Amino acid sequence: MKHRHLKHRKLITFSRVITAGLTNFLRNAWLAAAAMAVMVVTLSVVLFSVITSATFNNTIAQINDKIKISVYLNDSVSKSQAQALMDQLRKLPTVKDVSYVSKVEATAEFRADHEQSKDLLQAITQVGSPLPASIKITPVDTSNITPIKSFLDKPENLTMQDPQAGTSYSGDRKQAIDKIAHATNVLRQAGVVTIIVFAIISVLIIFNTIQMAIFNRRDELTIMRLLGASTWYIRGPFVVETTVYGIISALISVGLIDLMFIASSSALQASSLGLLDINYANSYFHHHFWLLLGLQLLVGIIIGAASSVVATRRYLKFKTK
Amino acid sequence: MILLDRVTKTYGKHATPALDRISLHVEPKEFVIVVGQSGAGKTTLLRLLTREEKPSSGKIIVGGIDYDKLRDRDVPLLRRKIGVVFQDFKLLPNRTVFENVAFALEIVGMGNYEIRHTVPKVLDIVNLRGKEKRMPYELSGGERQRVAIARAIVRQPKILIADEPTGNLDPKHAWDVINVLEKINRYGTTVLLTTHNQEIVNKLKRRVVTIQHGQIASDRASAEYQL
Repeated sequence: MKHRHLKHRKLITFSRVITAGLTNFLRNAWLAAAAMAVMVVTLSVVLFSVITSATFNNTIAQINDKIKISVYLNDSVSKSQAQALMDQLRKLPTVKDVSYVSKVEATAEFRADHEQSKDLLQAITQVGSPLPASIKITPVDTSNITPIKSFLDKPENLTMQDPQAGTSYSGDRKQAIDKIAHATNVLRQAGVVTIIVFAIISVLIIFNTIQMAIFNRRDELTIMRLLGASTWYIRGPFVVETTVYGIISALISVGLIDLMFIASSSALQASSLGLLDINYANSYFHHHFWLLLGLQLLVGIIIGAASSVVATRRYLKFKTK
Repeated sequence: MILLDRVTKTYGKHATPALDRISLHVEPKEFVIVVGQSGAGKTTLLRLLTREEKPSSGKIIVGGIDYDKLRDRDVPLLRRKIGVVFQDFKLLPNRTVFENVAFALEIVGMGNYEIRHTVPKVLDIVNLRGKEKRMPYELSGGERQRVAIARAIVRQPKILIADEPTGNLDPKHAWDVINVLEKINRYGTTVLLTTHNQEIVNKLKRRVVTIQHGQIASDRASAEYQL
């Protein structure tokens, strides 16, 4: 009975704290607007960084998939010999996939690639099928192809390869990929730094807002303290207030990013913004909408609640002299 | 009910102590008047009892709570057991009389229904019925003082501490306030009153503790004012 009574009281106190917090939020609307504006910027940066990071990762994965090692074979190599080599290659742990391109297929591919240059096509028709057959190897990790290379460079394997064509490790492409990967890393680091800087700024501004609110009500807080109000009864409304900042800012930031995508994909009619694949970013955003919204709410609430907890601490200390 | 054992309070390292080895014992339901000139240490004594200050040395036990063992987070629980009437009232300026008294009950989590029932009864005791909706600035000094008393007693504390509750009042209003304190004391609350109103002390005929230069100069039952 007594326990139920206590629970009831706690419930009443809880609802009073919530009500007081919401009332304060409405009363401090202008102060709140400033705090929320910074928070919206912070959260937008967070969201944008998450989406761009995912998009870049996707772009790199896509390009990586396209990277293949082409082993051009001597015309003397029979299909069964090639098959044997492919079987050996498949056994390598660093190899993801192996496929065979015959002389005929190679020529057809070449024709398709150079449809516009009639001279070239004509020349090819005259010579017959000048292109060598090849084995295309898709590595598991494009940045680690040394084991494949050393396997192919074994003397018994080297004799099968066309010395004129030379094995292509997609060297130029690889450099480009490394560049993109590097750029992505730099961007990601810059993103983290930006997020931290904005998070600190918004914490400071919310901090200030709450301190001003506390300053306006310091007599009330002192009286509450003297009458025996618990720490959370006094602090609670401030935490509720800044949590509301966090929730509203999260919703606004998600809305802003959404608008940005709508604007960039429809008005600009662009599928990519510089390096950024807008279509993928857009679909990533919409596929993970609830997750991202949840993340924004979480970050917003944490920033909001943490800053008011710290801001009220000084005023809630008991004298220990 | 209240026990102080050789309590000393010093502000700053080398200052003369505000309270110097004070020992005091107050029985339950007692009415004790603490007198002394300004700066004698009366207010310091009360601030020690409400745990706004910690003593530099000595022991304080109030209502069975040993202050040495009291953790900071339990201070609110202590303050809920003690009713305090502050010298400067400490009313919330933007709340009505009713809300000011209700505030003390909201803090401890009392339901709205119970609050609506309890507050008018207490306002009856302090003769403020009909002024529930007034704001503090619309009240006279005596009325404000009585709101402060209502707030202090609304939780039915075992101990009521009143710091110069008649300080700024004319004689008639001062007596209104004292009458309320006596009424509460008859209901069984221990009252600790500080004042330097000689007439009140002489008429009350209660135990008088005189503090001088931070020490207890005299402690006499049903005594008259004497400095």
